[in-house]
Amino acid sequence: MSKFGLITKGFLKENPTFVLVLGMCPTLATTTSAMNGLEMGLATMFVLILSNIVISLIAPVVPDKVHIPVYIVVIATFVTLLQLLMQAYTPEVYETLGLFIPLIVVNCIVLGRAEAFASKNSVGDSALDGIGIGLGFTLTLTIIGIVREVLGSGSVFGWKFIAGDGILAFVMAPGAFLVLGYLMVLFNKLAKR
Amino acid sequence: MAAKSNLRNMALSLTLVCLVCSGLLGVVYAMTAEPIRKAEEAKVAASIARVLPESEAQPVQESINVDGVDYTYYRLPGAGYAIISTVGGFGGPLSVMVGISEDGIVVNSVVLSHSETPGLGAKCATDVDFIDQFKGWDPAEKRLVVRKDGGDVDAITASTITSRAYTKAIANAVVVYSKLTENE
Repeated sequence: MSKFGLITKGFLKENPTFVLVLGMCPTLATTTSAMNGLEMGLATMFVLILSNIVISLIAPVVPDKVHIPVYIVVIATFVTLLQLLMQAYTPEVYETLGLFIPLIVVNCIVLGRAEAFASKNSVGDSALDGIGIGLGFTLTLTIIGIVREVLGSGSVFGWKFIAGDGILAFVMAPGAFLVLGYLMVLFNKLAKR
Repeated sequence: MAAKSNLRNMALSLTLVCLVCSGLLGVVYAMTAEPIRKAEEAKVAASIARVLPESEAQPVQESINVDGVDYTYYRLPGAGYAIISTVGGFGGPLSVMVGISEDGIVVNSVVLSHSETPGLGAKCATDVDFIDQFKGWDPAEKRLVVRKDGGDVDAITASTITSRAYTKAIANAVVVYSKLTENE
């Protein structure tokens, strides 16, 4: 696969949310607004790139039977790093996302990429894979966030275009499932063409 | 591909990875401890500035136990008290900082943390009409109970439970305030 392909595959062919259907927990929980979705996507991308790089470096020397615990320790370390840095330098973002940051550890996308890609490929390719999948995840979360914010709060990225409330159900959990389901159908229909 | 496993290299690699990772975390923790503390202090200071009139004095953090519950509050000499009052809301704990002036009037209140329903109860943190009705509230004259229960507080539409909780938080702070001042 070309270097360019590694970065762009996350948008369509291997879109983590709509095609691989991984990482549903943060997808459903944090996309209440466009901004939240974007921030969660970027946070996951940060962990994904770094863990991909480190795991591709250490994979050849890690004994087979303990590779999952080793990968999880690496991923958990980066997540905790991210959490500390956010708490220190972007306290406002940490306030909205704080609860979901530790969950990145168990996000299937991160461990999935470590297993399926980083452990078998070179450092450079693994970094690009992290960027690609991370961008795809960020973009998807932002789109879901935009749809839910438009329908649920009548605003985009906090900019309100109607007075009043919108359809509140879309900000809550049922709306997350509805929007995700319809977008998934739409995406796969368009992607097949 | 991965190396062949035996007990020695498994134990060795796990130990090594954990050591390196915890070392790294230790360094970053030490680096960020100071900014994190500062960010938290800045947040508290900003909240105090919103709930109490301006003052030259530095807020003093203290705590008091009223009816078996510990309250943290900040005393700002010349301005009043900023009392942190936490009650059960609709979705979880609702934590409100209530500023009460030295003559017992509620100056302002601000939500520190909540887990109310987005779009409904969560408005207690942003709905100016709701929050501002408590500005200048004299607990001796008006009752800190929502109208539905026979008091003087206008609840947020469709969020009576949150409004009740918020009102209760302020009422608790008033009780704390009277405890604080009764010995003077």
